[in-house]
Amino acid sequence: MSSTDQHLDHLDQLEAQSIYILREARVRLKRLGLLWSLGKDSNVLIWLCRKAFMGELPFPVAHLDTGLEFPESYEFRNRYAQEWGLNLIKDECPPIEMTDPTLPPGTRIAARKSLGLAAALEKYQFDGLITGIRRDEQATRAKERIFSPRGLDGAWQAAHQPPEFWDQYTIERHPGTHTRVHPLLAWTEVDVWRYIKREEIPLVPLYFAKDGKRFRSLGEIGITFPVDSNASTIDEIIDELETTRTPERAGRSMDHEAEDAFERLRATGYL
Amino acid sequence: MANAALRADINPAPALSPKKAPLAPYPIVIVGHVDHGKSTLIGRLLHDTDSLPEGRLAELKKVSEQRGLHMEWSFLLDALQIERDQGITLDTTRIWFKTAKRPYVIIDAPGHREFLRNMVTGAAAADAAVLVTDAERGISEQTRRHAYLLSLLGVRKVIVAVNKMDLVDHAEDAWKGVAGDVSDYLQKLGIEPLYVIPLSARHGDNIAARSDKMAWYRGPTLLEALDLLTPTAARTEALLRFPIQDVYRKGDTRLAVGRIETGRLKVGDKVEIAPTGQPATVASIDAGKGPVSEARAGQSVAVSFIEDAALNRGQVIAPAGHMPHIATTIRVRAFWLDPESLTAGSRITLRLTTSEHPVVVEKFERLVDVEHLTDGEGSELGQGGIAEIVLRSSAPIAFDHAADLPITGRAGLARGGRIVGGCILLGAATNVTVAGPVTAVNSSVDRDAFEARNGHRGGVVWLTGLSGAGKSTLSMGTQRRLFDDGWRVTVLDGDNLRKGLNKDLGFTPAERLENVRRVAEVAKLMAETGTVVLVSLISPTTELRDLARSIIGDGFHEVWVKADVATCAARDPKGLYAAAQAGKIQQFTGVSAPFETPVNPELVLDTSEMDITTGTELLIAHIRRHLALSQADGHAVGI
Ligand SMILES: Nc1nc2c(ncn2[C@@H]2O[C@H](COP(=O)(O)OP(=O)(O)O)[C@@H](O)[C@H]2O)c(=O)[nH]1
Ligand SMILES: [Mg+2]
Repeated sequence: MSSTDQHLDHLDQLEAQSIYILREARVRLKRLGLLWSLGKDSNVLIWLCRKAFMGELPFPVAHLDTGLEFPESYEFRNRYAQEWGLNLIKDECPPIEMTDPTLPPGTRIAARKSLGLAAALEKYQFDGLITGIRRDEQATRAKERIFSPRGLDGAWQAAHQPPEFWDQYTIERHPGTHTRVHPLLAWTEVDVWRYIKREEIPLVPLYFAKDGKRFRSLGEIGITFPVDSNASTIDEIIDELETTRTPERAGRSMDHEAEDAFERLRATGYL
Repeated sequence: MANAALRADINPAPALSPKKAPLAPYPIVIVGHVDHGKSTLIGRLLHDTDSLPEGRLAELKKVSEQRGLHMEWSFLLDALQIERDQGITLDTTRIWFKTAKRPYVIIDAPGHREFLRNMVTGAAAADAAVLVTDAERGISEQTRRHAYLLSLLGVRKVIVAVNKMDLVDHAEDAWKGVAGDVSDYLQKLGIEPLYVIPLSARHGDNIAARSDKMAWYRGPTLLEALDLLTPTAARTEALLRFPIQDVYRKGDTRLAVGRIETGRLKVGDKVEIAPTGQPATVASIDAGKGPVSEARAGQSVAVSFIEDAALNRGQVIAPAGHMPHIATTIRVRAFWLDPESLTAGSRITLRLTTSEHPVVVEKFERLVDVEHLTDGEGSELGQGGIAEIVLRSSAPIAFDHAADLPITGRAGLARGGRIVGGCILLGAATNVTVAGPVTAVNSSVDRDAFEARNGHRGGVVWLTGLSGAGKSTLSMGTQRRLFDDGWRVTVLDGDNLRKGLNKDLGFTPAERLENVRRVAEVAKLMAETGTVVLVSLISPTTELRDLARSIIGDGFHEVWVKADVATCAARDPKGLYAAAQAGKIQQFTGVSAPFETPVNPELVLDTSEMDITTGTELLIAHIRRHLALSQADGHAVGI
């Protein structure tokens, strides 16, 4: 065996690490939930959970529903919630009037999700929430911990994060607070696509180009826009990502409304 | 200074063919004192390699101008508002880029002492580091502290970047001065810097392109130096360590799940479960895609065993005969990251892979002065400090020495669920004075008085060797002869003690450890009353003998009663070898448990080559020479 064969393949390595994180979450947190955006990353997350827990998903999966998803997304949700045997929570998020009026308009729609999340935390008393965010998506997400403590109302205290090294995670339990768990933090966009291809993970079809456009990041109607692309297969998407200089969230209006819009959202509980 | 810095023979990296399997990004951390230019260096590196996403440059210019700055490269990474407003990096972050050779993930780290926790978070994930040092200001406090932490975190591939060369007129002498200081310091930590590169992050000199302002420099640019880094060795060839993360049930089968940290695991392998030492045989392995016959380091697996072994989170699966060390008191080198200091008597949690142990800080051995690399005294470890301390646990801990197996030889330190520090494990420690409410009562007769009356000193002659090697015969013969000469001499025989003092103990490594500890403590008490104590105990490992040595101190005399397994099995006075070979006795030294050859015994008595009378004479001569009070007496027998 040559020395390079001793190393695990990159995707195997990412998968093994994510499974380790998921199992650690299961040991350390009592009331876990997984946030399912219906997008590619959280589909990978569900896939990894089924591997980690011997084919099952031992905690509920929550879709924070704004009522503004694309029809294809709802169709996908209903089909795979059943096929994957998910214990699905699909509560409706509070209306836009309840969000901070000083936020830019696109950001306010996203802020409905934060309110929906707060309501779900209250109702289901989760002490751990697993989400599919990645460091390469956005500069404040790049500063995240794998186990990220959240204060009251889900607040992220970016300047006071605990140290995290050697796979030792901080878990503090205070009433009204919870821990975000981020098993995909080390993955990049192209890693996700390569893994989807290798594992044949199903997706909402909107990711694949139609009439010269495709969604690179999937969110609500009105604040998420398709990008120019002719990539209609996974291989073409991977090739496109190898060469593109356009950032992944270019089609998300809220990211560009103000310098600190995303950070403000995150500080108050957004993913 | 490091010659490597002047090396000019750079091989251009072969271009990567696009169809190859994707490589894992090579993780590099950028460390150094605050304001020496770490974030700028990264911004520039990404810009000069054309790796910035579209629109990012314009966005950076805009936010820089909003703050009255020309072009602040560091804003690329310093994404938080508070970071931009204060112009400092608070937290670690990551950014991806690739060269023709391979992908990288660059980890930025903050340089302020109060954010050391974030620096450690970043650096612990790296395989190599770039230590950035300001050419004008030279080596500074956090340059040293970061270098020291790199050595503790096991990051040994270090490139030194001497930055801001524009401020020193791009002068070779200025570079040489800083390069010499940083290299000297790193060398004292056992780190040989790979390259020491003069550069200017702000202006892009020697980052991706060679600078004509520093034509005197012959070494690689930063980018070339990164491509010259060698990949980290696979952990597959090390000893198996598989810490159990959780236990699942599938039908009637119980599965130990977790990640293999080092080595390989195969179906059919004979293993032991530390710290209890239960033997087990691997029945099945699942690595996420159904059953496989073998798994290796890095994989998350689910494993079942043929035996109905007791499985628990925190146990470590190891190859039979190659368990981790087991001890209750461990010496560690710790770094502390919490504002609230660590003091002697503090109670914290040691988190070693998946195991957790409440421990007490029993003793401070030394505080490390990071500036001068000298030892200091004290019993308080503040934020950012480094010290060697002794931790005591009430239950045995299975661990490896950091120098042998880094992953199972290091641990996090936690307080109330929050990670507050870390340590590397140096070895078992004992013979520490107990902190706390126990106060020793002094004996009314001192040792000298006992010894004067007896006419010889007290001491412990520790006979180690296989069952059947002749320990008991030799010790009984010696006791009789010395007694007849008027000596005060007693024998502590392992077999006899197991009928009384140690009858609650079995033969697992943890129990062997406790067995030795008790015998050593008793022997020490007797030696203090001027008695010669002959201990006859297999004590098969160096760790056990070192434990006894550390409890007893100066009066400890190690004697190896040597006879090979074949000889002892042929003698087999108690029929034990036959029983062990038939599998009726588990963990039998020499058959199913290891005997480690004593490294430096005072005396070796090879009973397969000499008769008992000769062996006894040699032992008596040795005891007289070391313990008789009059010199003449010691020379009377001679050897
Ligand atoms: N003159 C000069 N200034 C630099 C250079 N590199 C960085 N700086 C400046 O040094 C200051 C600190 O840089 P920064 O990257 O934030 O340092 P960090 O704290 O180590 O990350 C900033 O004002 C930079 O513009 C350089 O090569 N030359
Ligand atoms: Mg910085």
